[in-house]
Amino acid sequence: MRTCLTILMAVLVGVAGMLSPVAPANAQSKGEVVIGIQCDRTGATQIVGTVICPAMHDYIALVNSKGGVEGRQIKAIEIDHEYKVPPAVESYERHKKEGAVSIAVYGTPQIYALQAKLTEDRIPGTSPGFGSAAAADGIRHPYIFPIAATYWSQATAAVDFVKKQLGGNLRNKKIAYIFFDNPAGREPIEVLEDLAAKEGFQLKTFAVPPPGVEMGAQALDIAQRFRADFVIAHLFGGAPSVSIKEFKRVGYPLKKVVSLVWGAAEANIDGAGGFAVADGYYAMQFAGVGTDYPVLNEIREMYKKQGKEPPKGMASSVFYNRGVLIAALHVEAIRNALKAKPDGKITGDDVKKGFEKINNFTLGGLVPPLKVTSTDHEGGGLVQIWQVKDGKFVKVTDWYAAYQDVVAKHIKEAGAKK
Amino acid sequence: MIHRECGVLKTTYEADMALYPLPIARYTVAALGVLFFLVIPFSLHEYYLSVANLVWIAIIGALGLNILVGYTGQVSIGHGAFMSVGAYTAANLATRLDSPWPVNLLAGGLMAALIGGVVGIPSLRIKGLYLAIATLAGQLIIEWTINHVTFISGGVQASIAVPRPRLGPYVLASQRAMYYFLLFFVVVAIVGTMNLVRSRIGRAFVAIRDQDIAAEIIGINIFRYKLLAFAISSFYAGVTGVLYTYFLGIANYEQFQIGVSIDYLAMIIIGGLGSVLGSIFGAAFVTLLPILIRYAMEAFGGVFFAQATVLNLIPALRLTLFGVLIVVFLILEPEGLNRLWRNIRSYFRVWPFAY
Repeated sequence: MRTCLTILMAVLVGVAGMLSPVAPANAQSKGEVVIGIQCDRTGATQIVGTVICPAMHDYIALVNSKGGVEGRQIKAIEIDHEYKVPPAVESYERHKKEGAVSIAVYGTPQIYALQAKLTEDRIPGTSPGFGSAAAADGIRHPYIFPIAATYWSQATAAVDFVKKQLGGNLRNKKIAYIFFDNPAGREPIEVLEDLAAKEGFQLKTFAVPPPGVEMGAQALDIAQRFRADFVIAHLFGGAPSVSIKEFKRVGYPLKKVVSLVWGAAEANIDGAGGFAVADGYYAMQFAGVGTDYPVLNEIREMYKKQGKEPPKGMASSVFYNRGVLIAALHVEAIRNALKAKPDGKITGDDVKKGFEKINNFTLGGLVPPLKVTSTDHEGGGLVQIWQVKDGKFVKVTDWYAAYQDVVAKHIKEAGAKK
Repeated sequence: MIHRECGVLKTTYEADMALYPLPIARYTVAALGVLFFLVIPFSLHEYYLSVANLVWIAIIGALGLNILVGYTGQVSIGHGAFMSVGAYTAANLATRLDSPWPVNLLAGGLMAALIGGVVGIPSLRIKGLYLAIATLAGQLIIEWTINHVTFISGGVQASIAVPRPRLGPYVLASQRAMYYFLLFFVVVAIVGTMNLVRSRIGRAFVAIRDQDIAAEIIGINIFRYKLLAFAISSFYAGVTGVLYTYFLGIANYEQFQIGVSIDYLAMIIIGGLGSVLGSIFGAAFVTLLPILIRYAMEAFGGVFFAQATVLNLIPALRLTLFGVLIVVFLILEPEGLNRLWRNIRSYFRVWPFAY
């Protein structure tokens, strides 16, 4: 029993010790602007999180080392939520308590769960590559910013790309859509069906049930029975790697496959057996790929000046650059907010307006020339297509968007529904 | 619940079953009531209340699961799905019929009870791990159904935004309002469970857990009580789902996947199977420990590591420490935190005159 008592005492002392150093930090008064970063370094999507989140810190450190934004330093508070919802709620409230003026939300269930709170508390939250496409509607979701091509825009861009690859006419062509069987995977179907009717191609959908490691039957069906002219793939996690392997196995040419953004990273290619195996595979990107951007050189310089090696994550340029993009857009929104408010006292509302002023901010080509407005929080739905060629990603198209009228129609319908 | 007399002095069954065995127990409950209803909500920052709200939601779910697993001895890995049944029932009612939250809450609970009763049918024939797999099938079927039937899920995104609950002219949106809203149901759930387990039904559950053949011989209708256990437990789960939906303002199927079922099982195992207080301890422990570990890492991590390393270490160390602590606690006291608490209490029972 004496041990019990000792443990109890130890726990009490420990708890008291933990709570005392956590005096509410009033960061605004120190002149720092606080950004909340949610991350998943340990959960279901850790392949992405372990690269994206350090990239965001690197960019913010770079901005701070160059004197900050309008003379103000930026403080990024990162909280890991393991891709679970309750810790994400807790982390949001923590960010709010620390005075965050914008929050980089990470994960689809998380952005859904925080949607109502963000709106009530008037704090802008970004969800690039996450959440629903309907959130691009800035009127209905004033504080949600996808700030990257949503799944609808990605699907329309993919169809446009396929059309060009197949000689400019899709009539009577066969397009297979292979997708992860969850809400995010099914989201583009309605848009694709619309385009099938409009362009006259035959669309067939192939669902891959979670966890997405088994798709031999679907690949065989696409290659042998349906004999698709082109495949649009929308898979997550380990599934894209499996899809590449399976298409290879059934002899379907990878140069007739285009993947949406979550099957487009180095990790996906490596998982399939490397760049040599995946030669020809097309991947869609919402941030520039590669290590040759001025901002990345500056980050490397910054590390060199501190006498350190640049982080290993930079080699995974797809995810790293996406992290830089997210951080850069937050910083840009804060810059716009600070410019509009000379007294420097900015709130979430000011940063929201700051986001809505982002226009043609490209960071040397890493960020698409977005034009975010108060009605369009997606910024135009711009993507690039890159191809696996000679051991690396090679750019095939420049930033483009397609069929934005169809996307707009669906956003309007989604708005009218509820 | 909290205090004990210094010996077994009871002479009647009424005294033995009393919720307040001593006057001091009554005072303690009153003091706890004042603490949780007045002191905490008015003295703490909204952030702490939001953490408390997460704990409240977890407590209701853990209590429900403990009725099934701890008291009746039937395993369920389907509670996440039962929560989603409640959540989507309430969300559909709220958006389609514009019905008020008490109706939705009850309907969500009852619908979950119905589905839970159906999923519980295999428990009449199979036990233990086999039953676990059967309920796992229930979880996956419900997940699939919600995911694919747009009538239930309200569209391919499988998420339905729900308006905030209203109480007369007040809209319950802030964390402080939610704190009271949820705490009310926590109290109802605790009192309800404590009374349930000392009633005829509760004793029947315990009899089934200890030896179901013996229970049948002494006249307990196994069919009825096993399904009742599933139904009551799922009712709690459904209510948890509805409360969660109102707390977040949205029902989304990804919030109720299989990991959630496992988390709740972890809560009651850590807290203590077959005890009300254990469910509370377990829910609080599993919800709060990761947060406390993170605070500790933020405060002291900088002493040992560089700041950038800390960022990488916090999540990893948090998971590791969480796992280690659970193992340590379970080795120290396999019957859970509740038993640990009872040991501490019985130590002080005759303190300082221990022999």
